[in-house]
Amino acid sequence: MLKYILIPLLPLLSFIINILFGRNYIKNRAHWIAVPAILGSFVLAVSACIEVLNGKVIDINVYSWIVSGSFNVSVGILIDQLTAVMLMVVTSIGSLIFIYSVGYMHGDKGYYRFFAYLSLFIFSMLTLVMANNFLIMYLGWEAVGLCSYFLIGFWFHKKSAGDAGKKAFIVNRFGDFGFGLGVILIFLTFGSLNYMEVFGAAGGIVGQTITLLGYKVDLITLICLLLFCGAMGKSAQFPFHVWLPDAMEGPTPVSALIHAATMVTAGVFMVARCNTLFSYSQTAMNTVAIVGGFTAIFAATIALVQNDIKRVIAYSTVSQLGYMFLALGVGAYSAGVFHLYTHAFFKALLFLGSGSVIHALHHAKQDDEQNMQVMGGLKKHMPITYWVFILATLSITGIPFLSGFFSKDEILWQTFQAGDLGKFLWFLGALAALLTAFYSWRLIYLTFHGEYRGDTECESRIHESPLVITIPLMLLAVGAVAAGWVGIPPVFLEHGDKIGYFLAPVLGHPEGHGTHAQEYFVIASSIFVAIAGWVIAYIMYIKNPGLPEKLFSAFRPVHKVLFNKYYIDEFYDKTIVQPVLKASDKIILAFDVNVIEGVVNGVPSLIGVFSKGLRKIQTGLLSNYAAVMAIGVLCVVGYMFFMR
Amino acid sequence: MDLPITITLMDIRAIVPELTLICVGLIIMLLDLVVKKKDLVALAGIAGTVLALFGTYKLYGVTDTQFVFSNMFVLDGYANFFKVIFYINLILTICISIKYMEIEKSSFGEYYALLLFATSGMMIMASAADLIVLYLGLELMALSTYILTGLMRKQPRSNEAAIKYFFLGAFSSAFLLYGISLTYGMTGTTNIKEIAFAISTLGIADNPIMYLGLIFMIVAFSFKVALAPFHMWAPDVYEGAPTSITAFMSVGPKAAGFAVMGRILMGAFGDMQAQWVTVLIPLAVLTMATGSIIALSQTNIKRMLAYSSIAHAGYILLGIIAGTPEGLTASVNYLMIYTFMNIGAFAIVIMLRSKGFQGENLDDYKGLAKSHPVAAALMLIFMFSLAGIPPTAGFIGKFYVFMELIGSGYTPLAIIAIIFSAISAFFYLRIVVYMYMKDAEQEIVLTQSPTMNIALAVTSVMVLVLGIFPSFLLYFVRYSIMGY
Amino acid sequence: MPGTYIPTDYFPVLVILLIASAIGLGALVAGILVRPRRPYAQKLTPYESGNPPIGEPRSQFSVKFYIIAMLFVVFDVEAVFMYPWAVAYDKLGIFGFVEMMLFMFILLIGYIYVWKKGAFNWE
Repeated sequence: MLKYILIPLLPLLSFIINILFGRNYIKNRAHWIAVPAILGSFVLAVSACIEVLNGKVIDINVYSWIVSGSFNVSVGILIDQLTAVMLMVVTSIGSLIFIYSVGYMHGDKGYYRFFAYLSLFIFSMLTLVMANNFLIMYLGWEAVGLCSYFLIGFWFHKKSAGDAGKKAFIVNRFGDFGFGLGVILIFLTFGSLNYMEVFGAAGGIVGQTITLLGYKVDLITLICLLLFCGAMGKSAQFPFHVWLPDAMEGPTPVSALIHAATMVTAGVFMVARCNTLFSYSQTAMNTVAIVGGFTAIFAATIALVQNDIKRVIAYSTVSQLGYMFLALGVGAYSAGVFHLYTHAFFKALLFLGSGSVIHALHHAKQDDEQNMQVMGGLKKHMPITYWVFILATLSITGIPFLSGFFSKDEILWQTFQAGDLGKFLWFLGALAALLTAFYSWRLIYLTFHGEYRGDTECESRIHESPLVITIPLMLLAVGAVAAGWVGIPPVFLEHGDKIGYFLAPVLGHPEGHGTHAQEYFVIASSIFVAIAGWVIAYIMYIKNPGLPEKLFSAFRPVHKVLFNKYYIDEFYDKTIVQPVLKASDKIILAFDVNVIEGVVNGVPSLIGVFSKGLRKIQTGLLSNYAAVMAIGVLCVVGYMFFMR
Repeated sequence: MDLPITITLMDIRAIVPELTLICVGLIIMLLDLVVKKKDLVALAGIAGTVLALFGTYKLYGVTDTQFVFSNMFVLDGYANFFKVIFYINLILTICISIKYMEIEKSSFGEYYALLLFATSGMMIMASAADLIVLYLGLELMALSTYILTGLMRKQPRSNEAAIKYFFLGAFSSAFLLYGISLTYGMTGTTNIKEIAFAISTLGIADNPIMYLGLIFMIVAFSFKVALAPFHMWAPDVYEGAPTSITAFMSVGPKAAGFAVMGRILMGAFGDMQAQWVTVLIPLAVLTMATGSIIALSQTNIKRMLAYSSIAHAGYILLGIIAGTPEGLTASVNYLMIYTFMNIGAFAIVIMLRSKGFQGENLDDYKGLAKSHPVAAALMLIFMFSLAGIPPTAGFIGKFYVFMELIGSGYTPLAIIAIIFSAISAFFYLRIVVYMYMKDAEQEIVLTQSPTMNIALAVTSVMVLVLGIFPSFLLYFVRYSIMGY
Repeated sequence: MPGTYIPTDYFPVLVILLIASAIGLGALVAGILVRPRRPYAQKLTPYESGNPPIGEPRSQFSVKFYIIAMLFVVFDVEAVFMYPWAVAYDKLGIFGFVEMMLFMFILLIGYIYVWKKGAFNWE
């Protein structure tokens, strides 16, 4: 048992040591504690996964936190097939990113702080995935949000970083509020928070309704929608997606680990974990599928025209998360989790690769540069980075026999099979795949091909990143290519869909109605859009570099809308943020600190008036005190005899 | 002629911990005459406490319940558990005092001796099986704390506090004695067990004189634990006393007061439960209201914590109101948790006191997180715990008290308590906001010492550990009080 | 049996209490009613035919007087306690002897303490 507990505890230990002694003693040696800790977690996670592969499911209550009569909240670990996959993703990619950070963050003032927060994040994430009840999951859920807030605002002297951190925090509050309500509703409905007990009893409440504001609402649908609300916030689904691109203000390893590979997939994990509940509510399932499908294409269109290298990848992440929800929504839970798993590799690779580019340019220009329009021609200076980027891009765009192909194809095929709504959603997904191919190759061409668009003196100083950065890149590239080979569709290889069968005990295995011919059609169309997007990007940015400008001027309004991300931020600003600001301006003078202070000082101000009145009794005069005591005694005696 | 009193070896053995503390106290007074460095005296105090703790450990569970000194002194799990609270309180207080008393220029050896005497008084109170012994212990504790309060002789604030405490304390002692004499008049005994027996055999539970005796005793204990409206002394005394003594007083005498309250109300006046619950419920509500509401408008942190401790006395009382052994267990559990979190908070307050800087205003906490992140983080833990926010121990303490209260059928009272608990969260969190979201107005220098760091480490770790693993303390309390 | 004789047995006490207060109050009230009242400035001075007082009527004594007084009380009580012990010494036996020695030992510590603290030094 200790073995399983140590998986999350090792990073926690690293956090405690670094945060306590980092500032004065450890300083630039923080990685000597953090890296072994995560590697230890990784090794333990692998051994736990081997046990799960051998058919063991670990479900233990470590201890009871609160026991009082029938009320029992325990801290427990559940390592089943789903958790095993998540454990592998979190610890393996976490390890690589820790090593990468040693090089990337070298010389930063907050080096120890960075590793401390990163370790805390890993601990929280592992708590989230290893929980065996909703309460512990909720604690992990909130804790990863907090770490994300710390890490986005890591360079707090940059105002934009602080703002982005706050934005992420506040947007997530909306989602988490729903999630919290969902958990409370689960407790009220089932009287327990333990997964097994809740899922076991879920069948019994199908069809029950509760009255909400005069409407009869299906209970299980309400629970699922509240839970999904949390998932939308954490996984940046429309309309809560606005925080994720801004979160790119954080250091790049953070973007790779938290905002691509792990934390943002927590929503997908949670819905997959609660698949028993969701399966009972068609309304909730359709909501998940539609939100996912819409977000997939919506975010992809924005990514087409962004110039900041990390923002393109960020919108790509939002879009890919949309794919995962699409899969969950059509009941193909294992396909969604499979995509989560492959996506973690190629997306982390894309982020770390862009980090490598930013790192190299930072050294060359002594300034941060993330604008692709002033890059170009980096291929010859950074060959390793270039080639891993190519591999990641091939994978994400769905070129056959790379990871991304298998998982994305599985999603599209399962969607295609799922009725009429499925056909429509499949079309959205395929279209999004076309856009994905286009913006991914656009990124490559703008960054690595052509001539360097900065000054030449600067160009001479650009060189490949050190080994500590490139080795994790190469290892991730292996994952980006091969991670998907555990899920080869049966049409290609008998018993190829190993991950699907592995996850089947938890997530079920959807029986498709589609024919082989249809499946070949779906695969062929996926390959077609992937190549089509590539070709269009090639024509626009290599063959005919003047074309984009012409197109932009021809479709100026469209370009403008896309470039400004559909004005969603402005919309929120006008409808929510500004009115709140104005209102708060009138009540209290500024936003920021004052809102919180307003709650702390404002709400009790009414009580405060009362309080000041009462305070006058406290005169400081001894005789008055004695008098109050005497009167008190008389009152008590009088009361007692009166009540008798 | 036979001696009316015989003292056996068993009797002596039962009071070894008390004797140890008193002897060490006397030694300290003599040691103080020859030793110049007061740190050594303090360490002798800690050593004596550890010795006494060892004695109590040896006596734990020797027999189930042992009456000695002609049934005047009792040794049971209940008393022993309270003694552990007193030891912890004493050791932590000594740890946070050493450097502080030097800064206050009041580093006297007597300080530590008096702390030991006060603690032995509390221990006698916890073990008292007779009202006269109880009074003896109470006065030993009270007289020592009066002097400790006024120890900063050059400060008018400290003198004023001591005088107020002394006079009002004498006033409350008068009530206690009057209550004892009325009870004696009615039952013919001062022994707790015999009083209970007399009440049930004579059928005098509804006698008005018994009411008066009961009320006067409750009033006296309410004074000691600072229940409203008998709390008036607390803010002034807590503010004026040396901060380390404030920490000591806000835990020790309070715990001792609850110890005797639990023993006498449940032991001697068990048959009059309906009557004392009638009195205690309004007292509890008034106490929680006074503590939570007046604390909101305080600007001095010691005063704020004084009101906070008043409010906490209200929560602890709720477990006694529940009227079951489980309720009492919840209260005692709360007291132990309260010991750690309250002394921890006071330790931070003491750290802010440096030469030429009082550090008692709430404004002094502005920007602490930037200049002293560790201290701010610790204060955050203590404030969260006092406010009762999970996963800190304070939440667990409140949770069990409220659960037991609801279990005994006092749901409305529990709801009132939760509301006041929510109100009180505001003034705790205000400190957190000041520390983390405001800019410092002046540079703060923290006064650190090794013992202080130890005390802070112990309190903060315990607050977290008891919050995350609450069951082992609860098991310990249950075992002590209910024997399983 | 205790608890049965409450109201009647204490009745004489109540009567005495009432009579005592009646006499005290009665004298004062009678004085107010009977005496003539003709105040003038000279009559209201503290000493009708003497000098007006100069300075505070209360004067501070040195704290040493109090210390000496307190020490006296402590050792006085010790002596009071020892007298009955000495009278009953042969009945109390070895137990009484040990008890008294302990008592005196504790006082001895107090004595050493006071001595070393310089409470006996007048200057």
